[in-house]
Amino acid sequence: MTTPLPIDQMIDLRRGTISREIFVSPEFYREELDRLFTRAWLFVGHESLIPKPGDFYVSRMGEESVILCRDAQGAVHVFLNSCRHRGMKVCRYEQGNTSLFVCPYHSWSYTTDGKLQGVPLYRALYDGTLNREEWSLIEVPKLALYKGTVWASWDPAAPDFLDYLGGAIDHLDQVLDCRDGRPGGSEVIGVHKWVFPSNWKFAAENFLGDTYHNPSHRSVDMIGIGPNAQRGLRRDNEYNKGQHAWVGHPAGHGMHSVLMPPTMEYEPSYAQYPAVDEYFRHCFYERKRRLGEKARLLPFTGNIFPNASYHGRQPRGICVWHPHSPTETEGWRFFLVDADAPAEVKDVLRRFYMRYSGPAGMTEQDDMENWLYATAASKGTIARRHPFNYQMSMGAYRTDDPIRGDVSLQITEQTPRNYYRVYASYLNGAPWSELLGRPQVRTAAE
Amino acid sequence: MRPLAWYQLREEIEEFLYFEADLLDQRRFKEWLDLLAEDLVYFMPMRRNVKFGQHAERENTKQGEGISWFDEDKWTLGKRVEQVLTGVHYAEEPLSRVTHMVSNVRLLDVRPSAEDAQEVTVGCRFLVYQNRVEYENHTFIGRRTDELRRVGSSWQIVRREIILEQNVLLAKNLSIFF
Repeated sequence: MTTPLPIDQMIDLRRGTISREIFVSPEFYREELDRLFTRAWLFVGHESLIPKPGDFYVSRMGEESVILCRDAQGAVHVFLNSCRHRGMKVCRYEQGNTSLFVCPYHSWSYTTDGKLQGVPLYRALYDGTLNREEWSLIEVPKLALYKGTVWASWDPAAPDFLDYLGGAIDHLDQVLDCRDGRPGGSEVIGVHKWVFPSNWKFAAENFLGDTYHNPSHRSVDMIGIGPNAQRGLRRDNEYNKGQHAWVGHPAGHGMHSVLMPPTMEYEPSYAQYPAVDEYFRHCFYERKRRLGEKARLLPFTGNIFPNASYHGRQPRGICVWHPHSPTETEGWRFFLVDADAPAEVKDVLRRFYMRYSGPAGMTEQDDMENWLYATAASKGTIARRHPFNYQMSMGAYRTDDPIRGDVSLQITEQTPRNYYRVYASYLNGAPWSELLGRPQVRTAAE
Repeated sequence: MRPLAWYQLREEIEEFLYFEADLLDQRRFKEWLDLLAEDLVYFMPMRRNVKFGQHAERENTKQGEGISWFDEDKWTLGKRVEQVLTGVHYAEEPLSRVTHMVSNVRLLDVRPSAEDAQEVTVGCRFLVYQNRVEYENHTFIGRRTDELRRVGSSWQIVRREIILEQNVLLAKNLSIFF
């Protein structure tokens, strides 16, 4: 028996408040796993991790282990990493190449297209009963490959991935495309994996455009760790002359991007490394030439609903916030570079990524500290009676002006308000039309 | 039977490693930086779950390639120290309580000789305990291989490889030094 969720009471967008319950309670967490992670499109990995037939990379969707693999014919699949017989993980290596996934438990084996091949003593024990065709590895019903990235949904009725992305694609493209504007062409140069005691939504929200938390990174800005560290902050200020924009999309995605002036010029970056600076200068003008007006949009951070965040340029990568429990998250960060960038460029970038990002990164360590103690201090009975405040810049946005989405030109919590509107729809079991659409009723405050 | 000079050298190197650990535990970070050579390599790979037979080739991420936990130089470590000393690096503010245990110290290579050692490769095990704010506890266990260079009457660390015995990092941060 399921008690109906008072999710609509937890999320009050009219007032701009959200209950702490959704960040700490096991009941909401269970609903998220059952109703949200089983439907939304989730980031699984990147094709550069599985370039050849037989290559596999073990990933996660929600709490569950999945295998991303390329079969003998070159087709990409995503399977639940669990034997159909007794559930043992059929793959406990992170990455590799194989022709078969052999379950260690009773030795059932599966080909790289998921088909059950080997069943020990089949003739003696199963003949006439077990139909191998029906016992393939459990495969995601919806899979999308987009500019190297791999996404999947467990809902056969999920809309096509590009419909799900909607206007967010304008921003995601700037993350995935080559720095010189050629479509796609990125590769993953490494993946951080770590666990931290925080609700996963704190991390997602951070990337939705929470520019307001900038002061928490004061220490790295004081010392300067960016590519131009001798005169810089934690990264180069290439967005200096741009119009910052915080954008929410109807399907829950949100981001902080920058619209550069039409006359935009290259801001010297990586100046300590002349060859790298030259590479980015070349890419900047080549991108401007290729994309024209569209080149004005530069990405900063964003979050593709529900848990795939990105950093668009400095550094550049995709982070996935896998839920472990209401108060524990496993972060995976896939670091991206242009696959055909010169070796020196890749070397300078990877060094910058490492000192900036993840649990060893000087910038993001402070994020983890905040997420941990925000979670910890929201568990208490008294704390849970008092909602979080999401009232920043209420109503201060315009729709589809000057770019697609609900666009705010000031720092705003419109992106998380929009995110939690969609989140509530998932928890209410809403149909896809609602999950993709705009709210039916606009509140007076908005 | 090794020459007496070899045992004296091991004693000297052990003493150096314990002294270094103590500087960190006493939060004397700037003095600790002085023990690092200008051309320092500080490397902590990520560890992967790989099939039997592939460990040598694929278990650890590689220095100089792609992403590791740390693959950095003295400038970057200096920045890390500077950041802690700002007093607003919230991942280390308030400062963690840290104890470095160093054991299983072995001289792996001595150049040119124990009697006139100028460079030493030393292996050890570490157990680093971090306790933070009220309830946060992390234990980092692993192996270290250090390249040391004699400078005057003391030593400097030229290369440090830190092999942490974890796959998914089980701590929220690596905000301390190893």
